[in-house]
Amino acid sequence: MKDKKIKNVFREGAISSEFIGNSIYKHQTKTSIGAHNIFLGQVRADEIDGKTVTAIDYTAYEDMANQKFHDIRESAFEKFDLTCMHIYHSLGTVKTGEICLFVFVSSPRRKVVFEALEYIVEAIKADVPVFGKEIFEDETHQWKKNT
Amino acid sequence: MNITVKYFGQIVDVTNKNQETIEIIDGQISDVLQLLNNKYELLKNKDFQIAQNQELVSLETKLTGAEIALLPPFSGG
Repeated sequence: MKDKKIKNVFREGAISSEFIGNSIYKHQTKTSIGAHNIFLGQVRADEIDGKTVTAIDYTAYEDMANQKFHDIRESAFEKFDLTCMHIYHSLGTVKTGEICLFVFVSSPRRKVVFEALEYIVEAIKADVPVFGKEIFEDETHQWKKNT
Repeated sequence: MNITVKYFGQIVDVTNKNQETIEIIDGQISDVLQLLNNKYELLKNKDFQIAQNQELVSLETKLTGAEIALLPPFSGG
């Protein structure tokens, strides 16, 4: 069954530090929270066969991906005592050094957010149909593989 | 029946298109794969999973007429 409240996790381009800072700021009114934990995925300048990655171009099977993000969210709320949780993933071009994934979990207690964040990030890597094309300086490309 | 087939990631390097509609008689996922393997010779070299109606399926899954997608290894984050 498809839930009507499925959110769109995707944002065009890199996720800015202003956006991340503002997300933290917005939680100041939620005073039952005692601990936040944040994962930021950053595009790495891997060197492969003498060529350096300059950016990753992200595409996704968006409908299925948003459904999977939704399932991961539901399952995380079932497993862990979370107050709230936010996930944002980039589409399109993200340059090296920029942020492509932002996962933000909050709970009354710290131990919960450490466990929850790892669970969520690993599930995203394994289950969500997002595809990264690594672009080199000479504009050639190779398809990224998660390790 | 007519089925929409969507391609993603490195599969697009082989098909040179993001999606198409194929015509096929009732059958299972493997019948679609056979049709696509005949159409795109290089597809055999690619590693991918298949989704029907946005759920991963096996080769024996019956065709429902819903959208099919060829999904190479995921590399989000």
